[in-house]
Amino acid sequence: MSGLLGRPVRAVNAGVELFAGEVERQGAEVTRVEWRPPAGAEEALERLAGRAEETAAANDRAVAAMQAAEPRVVGIGRAGDLVPDLDERTLLHAGPPIGWTDMCGPLRGAIIGAAVHEGIAADPDDAVRLAERGGLRFAPCHDHGAVGPMAGVVSASMPVWLVENGDRGNRAVCTLNEGLGRVLRYGAYDVQVLDRLAWMRDVLARVLAAALARLPEPLDLRAMIAQALQMGDEGHNRNRAGTSLLLRALLPALLTVDEPTADVVAAAQFISGNDHFFLNLAMAAGKATADAAAGTAGASIVTAMARNGTEFGIRLAGTGDRWFTGPAGVVDGLYLPGFGPEDANRDIGDSTITETIGIGGMAMAAAPAIVRFVGGSPEDAVAATLAMYDITWAESAAYQLPALGFRGTPLGIDCREVVHTGVLPTVNTGIAHKDPGVGQVGAGLVEPPMEAFVAATRALAGSAERMEAAPISSRAPGGGDA
Amino acid sequence: MTASRVEVRRGTYHDSVTLMQVSRQAEELPGVEAAAAVAATPVNLELLARQGFTVNAGELGPSDLVLCVRAADEEAAARALEQVEALLAGAGRGPGSGAGSGSGQLAAPRSLRAAARRDPDLNLAVLSVPGRHLHYEVAGALQAGLHVFCFSDGLDPATEAARKRDAARRGLLLMGPDCGTAIIDGVGLGFANAVPRGPVGIVGASGTGIQEVTCLLDAAGAGISHAIGVGGRDLSPEVGGIMTLRALVLLAADDATERLVIISKPPDPRVARLVADAAAATGKPAVLAFPGLGDPPPLPDGVSFAASLEAAAAWAAGGGSVPSGGAVDSRSRPDPPAVTPGAIRGLFCGGTLCYEAMAVVARVVGRVASNIPLRSEWRLADPHRSEGHTFVDFGDDALTEGRAHPMIDPGLRNERLRREAADPETGVVLLDVVLGYGAHPDPAGELAPLIEGALAEGAGGLSVVVSLCGAAGDPQGLDGQAAALRAAGALVTRSSAAAARLALAAAGLGKGRP
Repeated sequence: MSGLLGRPVRAVNAGVELFAGEVERQGAEVTRVEWRPPAGAEEALERLAGRAEETAAANDRAVAAMQAAEPRVVGIGRAGDLVPDLDERTLLHAGPPIGWTDMCGPLRGAIIGAAVHEGIAADPDDAVRLAERGGLRFAPCHDHGAVGPMAGVVSASMPVWLVENGDRGNRAVCTLNEGLGRVLRYGAYDVQVLDRLAWMRDVLARVLAAALARLPEPLDLRAMIAQALQMGDEGHNRNRAGTSLLLRALLPALLTVDEPTADVVAAAQFISGNDHFFLNLAMAAGKATADAAAGTAGASIVTAMARNGTEFGIRLAGTGDRWFTGPAGVVDGLYLPGFGPEDANRDIGDSTITETIGIGGMAMAAAPAIVRFVGGSPEDAVAATLAMYDITWAESAAYQLPALGFRGTPLGIDCREVVHTGVLPTVNTGIAHKDPGVGQVGAGLVEPPMEAFVAATRALAGSAERMEAAPISSRAPGGGDA
Repeated sequence: MTASRVEVRRGTYHDSVTLMQVSRQAEELPGVEAAAAVAATPVNLELLARQGFTVNAGELGPSDLVLCVRAADEEAAARALEQVEALLAGAGRGPGSGAGSGSGQLAAPRSLRAAARRDPDLNLAVLSVPGRHLHYEVAGALQAGLHVFCFSDGLDPATEAARKRDAARRGLLLMGPDCGTAIIDGVGLGFANAVPRGPVGIVGASGTGIQEVTCLLDAAGAGISHAIGVGGRDLSPEVGGIMTLRALVLLAADDATERLVIISKPPDPRVARLVADAAAATGKPAVLAFPGLGDPPPLPDGVSFAASLEAAAAWAAGGGSVPSGGAVDSRSRPDPPAVTPGAIRGLFCGGTLCYEAMAVVARVVGRVASNIPLRSEWRLADPHRSEGHTFVDFGDDALTEGRAHPMIDPGLRNERLRREAADPETGVVLLDVVLGYGAHPDPAGELAPLIEGALAEGAGGLSVVVSLCGAAGDPQGLDGQAAALRAAGALVTRSSAAAARLALAAAGLGKGRP
């Protein structure tokens, strides 16, 4: 046995304090659990407890798939060519499904901008009319193997990074990062924004695609993220190291591509001037990694967290493509000069795919420069990450935290444990202005809605029972030979 | 008359988060309308322009710092700029964004799994959460590799069996649910007494049964190796003794254990046979203690049977044979009592103590009504109303719902003591008093005035007998507790069976040898 008789008792108490105190009084060490009832789904948790062994095996499989993921940049292409079912009139957006009437300002702005950018609408007014009478189709990026930051709008002609997961081969795409300020992903659609989108499509994508083609092997995003975490990024809100590493990897190729020098210089300047350029690659890596676990029957591991500015949705490995949603939160954060909480839109973007794979807010301990989001000191950042191990199934083999003695980042959010402990994943994110087109007004922490995890836990308990029932019903019709 | 100030610091880098924080703090200064400390990126300069600050962008770049303040007057603006500089100089710490605790402290774990993950040296979970939350805590603890002592009740027998099988497969003990007592490596869990280490290993499906036997052994100068509680339903047909069998395997391999006592209320006969065979398979002498009126199972070689806890303790204290006389504690024989005829009313905190005493009385008087009856036809119609010879277990689920166990909160029993004393039918009140870890800090102090009052009200027609379950080392002080009870007029013994005999004698019934 794993020792008890003959070994000193090291107790952990959950419940009546009297029992903890009495054990301590006898000279044994006692750790106290701050026990409280779960945040909901009590019956579902009880039912899942009866399947704890099966769930554990499923979670092991799901997390192993994430651990094994080797996201690599295969190239850059046109979204319409790479994303299934993305026709000219379909616009992908961040987060769970949403219709025009429920969209927040920044998302509407980005839809308007994309419609004009695609030439579907003649002008912004035309785009609004089109949207209102159902002339545009909307779908979540996640439903099409894509992710998008903030509004996350992807249209057919936009260039996207194409990331492929090693031998497993599942693919994910993400747009190219536009930089800060007035940009489409924050809902801006003025001439400057549209001109930039056109330049990115016509020049930046071409130059980068040429550079990627000259690399001796595809960019290894897992290695790059791992290094960035050890250089002070956490991969969501700070991407300065990642962007620098990317540029360093591309530089020799950029210097030798057969493209007009002015274009190459412009591309290099564009990347150099945007600390978040790497974010979109980290997100595509996240999507390719998390998707490797998607569809693992019975697993309680979160495979997507995404917000559309109105709702926050999650998916579980064990419940397929179903979204479980709650209201998107208000980011508790620091604001750029001249802005305050009254300007903030609700939480938005697919960038929480980074937390889903154990970086971003889950890895705050990696990023001393932005510790003020979690309280102010490096110790706060370490505490924020340590708390995440309480709700995750495993520790990343690829992504390590120097501040924690190179411990792997908390990987595989277990929705049962979120509900059980009441501890929500730490998400750190940018804040969009609530009006279209103003841009980023700050950054900070946001809490996902607990009800999404409660609903997911209930659905998992239900699906687990259906799985058990299935063999019986499948036996019925044919009779069979037992 | 507002005043604006714009200053530039070339080549001064601060992270954008620091700058946002400092800007916000500066805006909270008295007289300040707007303040900004930003890196001179094009986006930031545009933002400053929106706020009405004109910055000569000139040759500024991202590694240059721009400080802007608009305040009520020049003086306030200057003061604010100074503050901004000071904040930047000391920006290493200070209040955060309002997000997070800011203490740098990791909050206490909220689940056993989390605790075990944080500290891999933890090996035992002590669980007393509400029953409806029990299942996932137990499952989580086992999965985290923890042995579990589960005081709570609340798993149906099939679930209990399933989790016990999990535990056994993982090489873990699941003590409970509904496990009142265990002593592992000298550490008492739940309600347990401070008894010395020694050669007797105990497996018990009854908390107070373990307490009684360990205390009687203490009185006899014998110690225990481990007392492994398994929960009240382990020997039920549904659970099938999974943990009892597992515990026997562990104690068989434990060098400190020389002989075994296995305690349960009367078990399922088939399970009893399994347990008897498993006890024999340990190769160590063993006694089965199943107080009640049941028959012993077929006994393989090396396995004895004791119809009472007292006899089992005597067997164990005597090195594996039952000494003549049965009793193990000379001090448990007070002077023969004055006879106060009438019904015996047993008011118990400990279920097995109640059973033990009830069986002694029933052998003499026949029917004893109870909420935990020896025979189903002897069940009390209403546990709050006595019928002739009546024994009530106040620790029974129906009487503890929504309140603490009577060993901690004796209120309900105290009230019943008053009523029984006032009942002219009552001849003898029999009480158990349980000492040890987890129990009331001074039960005798609480009970003594009530006993005095009862005896005064009974006016010579009432006796009070106390079975004092305690060890010499208990925190309440065994001798002091006994003295306080005797001073109040109670007849005190250290054994439930002896107390029952004393009660019979006091009621003028049967032989009543105390």
